[in-house]
Amino acid sequence: MTGRTAAMRAAQLALLGVLLFPIYWIATAALTPEAQLFGARPLVPTALSLEHYRALVGERDFLIPIRNSLLVAGATTLLAVPVAALCAYPLARLRVRGKSLLLAFILAVSMFPQISIVPPLYLVLRELRLLDTYPGLVLPYLTFSTPLAVWMLTAFLRQLPRDIEEAAMLDGASRLRVLRTVVLPLAAPALGATAILTFLYCWNEFLFALSFMLGPEHHTVPVAVALFRGRYQVPWGQVMAAAALATAPAVLIVLALQRRIVAGLTAGATKG
Amino acid sequence: MNRPAGRLDRTDARVAWLLMAPAFLVMIVVAIVPIGMTAWEALHVHDLRLPWLGRPFSGLDNFVEAAQDARFRGAVVHTLGFAIVSVAFELVLGVAFALLMHSVTRGRGPIRAMVLLPWAVPTVVAALVWRFLFESQGGLVSTTLRDAGVVAASFDWFVHPWAAWVPIVVADIWKTTPFVALLLLAGLQAIDPSLDEAARVDGAGAARRLFTITLPLLAPAVVVAAAFRMLDALRIFDLAYVLTGGGPGTATEPLSLYAFATVMQRLRFGYGAALSISVFLLTFAFALVWVRALGRSLVEKEPA
Repeated sequence: MTGRTAAMRAAQLALLGVLLFPIYWIATAALTPEAQLFGARPLVPTALSLEHYRALVGERDFLIPIRNSLLVAGATTLLAVPVAALCAYPLARLRVRGKSLLLAFILAVSMFPQISIVPPLYLVLRELRLLDTYPGLVLPYLTFSTPLAVWMLTAFLRQLPRDIEEAAMLDGASRLRVLRTVVLPLAAPALGATAILTFLYCWNEFLFALSFMLGPEHHTVPVAVALFRGRYQVPWGQVMAAAALATAPAVLIVLALQRRIVAGLTAGATKG
Repeated sequence: MNRPAGRLDRTDARVAWLLMAPAFLVMIVVAIVPIGMTAWEALHVHDLRLPWLGRPFSGLDNFVEAAQDARFRGAVVHTLGFAIVSVAFELVLGVAFALLMHSVTRGRGPIRAMVLLPWAVPTVVAALVWRFLFESQGGLVSTTLRDAGVVAASFDWFVHPWAAWVPIVVADIWKTTPFVALLLLAGLQAIDPSLDEAARVDGAGAARRLFTITLPLLAPAVVVAAAFRMLDALRIFDLAYVLTGGGPGTATEPLSLYAFATVMQRLRFGYGAALSISVFLLTFAFALVWVRALGRSLVEKEPA
């Protein structure tokens, strides 16, 4: 029996190694001098250098896409999560007629293929002179962030204990008052996790950013990273350094919040 | 309750709708209305490079053109093929992975967190690192396979129309299998362990218990995971755009990418809208079939 457990553990670690290797490869490539990047590069780097990061910040102004991404993802999160929270509470707690239909609608909107709304959004944003502006990207981002945030929050709120709320109701407090003084404090961690996941989705988004932010000074991080290629020669060291910067927030968020993220992602799909 | 139930229900319903209204308004304005606009645009000739043509109504002409367009038909085949192949791999590997995670109870938390890392990596970065690994000039995977004699010395993954799919599918599997595994792990944890225990007492072997108890009970979770993954895979864009650009030629071009190129590069908005709406129709049709097959268990998850 212990032999089998040990074998399982070994298999698990091997699998983990395979999964994490590409991330390790990005991190080390970003620190490897360009001359050693190709050919027989050792698995463990022998010489480390910050030349790629220096070039990224110095020559390429990579801080600009970072600022753009922070602003767009932050603004979208601040808009979407409060609106979603208001919507999620009745869906999780109140008796609403046709609730499963509403939930199906929300799920459907979150599953929209993004490309299917790019053409009219481009024309509308051009008409409103919002192409190449922050609001011009925040608006499209609401299409996926709002339903996602509602969906995750509904799942989170269902897990909160009901008794305290019901006690407050019995004491004669109104629904809105219960919402403000009882539910909101209880739901704060759920709101935080939802906000962070929403931010992550926006930070990683590519197609809308590529379609509606055309000038290089308006590129978000994924677009800036992706368009690095396409010159005559790919500066792989710098690309990997940029990729590492693009990935850093995701890694930090996941490691810091893993339990909540797993709960939020899987609750909607498997609670039976 | 110290208030009459009927009145409470009515105020409750009013409050509920009041609270939900902003979110639904946002979703209707930024998602539903644009879908309608895409469908309408698809019925017009609208080419920003030929502004003097205006935007005349053309009925279903764009869809007729699509039906005769070999590149469109190719893109449909690519999209479906990619979705089916990669999701099949992800489900099989995901089940194996979930069983593995389930079998070891100690240290499950940290492992779960690390498993999530590929999922959290931006798709663009996932595409780049796999491009880097498959690059013919010194990429780790391509050189390893070459040294092992699996492929010829001159082999370039991104020049061969079939081989170019490999990095795309591998990148997708790498990025999403952990997520599938976590969904299935949650499904496994919901299975009553006493069933397995009873079968073990009755003398059933591990393999028999796996195939007659665990896997059948896990099937609903697999079906749900498959539905989510298919819907996601059918809209593939980022991986193809960054890894191959749809090339060589249009050998790895999925529908989203063809629609994007038609709209944003050739500026044919009418035809591009027809292509874009076809991505929507494809996923929508798939979702309908799936919901039919599943009953309504995808969304009808009322709290206990």
